Amino acid sequence: MIRLENVTKTFGTGASALIELTLAIEKGEFVFVVGPSGSGKTTLLRLLIHDMVPTTGSIFLGDLDITKIPNSKIPHLRKRIGVVFQDLKMLMDRTIFENIMLPLEMANLDQKAAKEQVSKILEQVGIGEHKDKFPVQLSGGELQRAAIARALVFSPEILLADEPTGNLDATTSWEIVKLLQDINALGTTVVMATHNTDVVNSLLKRVITLEKGSLKKDEKPKSHSEKKEKETVKPEGVLK
Amino acid sequence: MKSVTTAWNHIRRSPYQALAAIMIMMLTFLAISIFSMVTIGSSKIIAFFESKPQVTAFFKTDAKQADIDALTQSMKQSEQVADVKFVSKQDALKIYREQNKNDPLLLDLVTSDILPSSLEVSANKIDDLSPIADSLRSSPIVSEVIFQKDVVQTLSSWTTALRRIGIAVIVVLSVVSVFIMATIIGFKISQKRDEIEIMRLLSATNWYIRWPFLLEGILYGIVGAFFGWLIASVGLVYATPYLQSFLGSIPLLPVPLFFLLGLLVAEFIVAIILGTLSSFLAVLRYLK
Repeated sequence: MIRLENVTKTFGTGASALIELTLAIEKGEFVFVVGPSGSGKTTLLRLLIHDMVPTTGSIFLGDLDITKIPNSKIPHLRKRIGVVFQDLKMLMDRTIFENIMLPLEMANLDQKAAKEQVSKILEQVGIGEHKDKFPVQLSGGELQRAAIARALVFSPEILLADEPTGNLDATTSWEIVKLLQDINALGTTVVMATHNTDVVNSLLKRVITLEKGSLKKDEKPKSHSEKKEKETVKPEGVLK
Repeated sequence: MKSVTTAWNHIRRSPYQALAAIMIMMLTFLAISIFSMVTIGSSKIIAFFESKPQVTAFFKTDAKQADIDALTQSMKQSEQVADVKFVSKQDALKIYREQNKNDPLLLDLVTSDILPSSLEVSANKIDDLSPIADSLRSSPIVSEVIFQKDVVQTLSSWTTALRRIGIAVIVVLSVVSVFIMATIIGFKISQKRDEIEIMRLLSATNWYIRWPFLLEGILYGIVGAFFGWLIASVGLVYATPYLQSFLGSIPLLPVPLFFLLGLLVAEFIVAIILGTLSSFLAVLRYLK
């Protein structure tokens, strides 16, 4: 579904955020992207939504090379990929309902159908009762759910989540991860960039580890017994 | 419809900027309204003078009616002449009484005997006035010839000068208002940079983002045009009684409502063009 071929992203300063990165993510997968700050996790997600273009290399979404699409087609691409941004990017002067309705308004969807869709999504993520509140009136976990709801409103094929558990307590973090798992179970490909080792170690999912912009490890999902065995040999775990 | 709501929200949330934009547009359209009224009015005055009997020949008191009829006939046969009208002493008295009906003292002093009969000759073209006047002057029964060529020429040169000044003022004010509006809208775009960025990331097309700003410019233009027109129109209606006594028999005032409404529609069209132009400048500059 997603394929990166020798992707390098170098900024004007000469610093490289990604170097010769090649990887593939299949449809319906749940993938963690881990690595220390500055390892290129956010750059990878930004490249996937054409928020920036790679210096070299190609990125395919299905058969479409998204590095070659014209600017006019970018909105179409972004409808196929839902994103939960690290800083959430909620519009503070709009209610939660209006924030989630925004992408549907941009797509000129019928108002009645759009409202029904938003109500459905809000119930799905469990913040239906907060729909008329403004972002400042919600807790961190509720805001994170609102951001997920907005990312899901187009029923995208892919959901990218950049540090969705950052700044959340352990219980709320698990609720968010559970929500992402539920979304994945419905067939959406989920790519989650995170620092949260507890979450990564506890879930039996594929883990892509980046370090200084390069692929350090790409661990396929394993069973609990395999994981336990590995942890006995190497107690530090994958992320340290 | 959503774009209109968003544009309205932009205006509501920064009322002083909106007021500044509307006022500069109002000033421009006040100038456009005033100069349009003056230009059209003076053109009508010229047309009035051109269509009126432009040469008046006053007959000597001892002129015989047969000679007067002969001269009238010869004038009617001239190709340069559009119309000829004989005004008898009695007709002249009637006109005099009508013009001075509010001044009984003037009415008492004048009788038909002291008023000369006259011939009012209107020309096809303004250039024909001089030959007609010369031909009338050469008649032995004519004591005096007056014609409005000088009046029309003076008026024409004034109108031309006024029109030039008006166009210059309107052009300068239009350019200034376009740049001020573009700056105000550009400032608003800069203020909403984060919001615009979020919208882009959420799949907004360029036009989804641009439309509210374009509509905002158009709205400023239309509201400014309306108030500029309103002030000029109210001023004209208020000044109508004074102008009527100044203009005398020239049937220019009161200005018909359809003229004012026509002017408003024309100004709305110009306002939409100016508003779109300024918004477009801002959008091109700040929303690449």
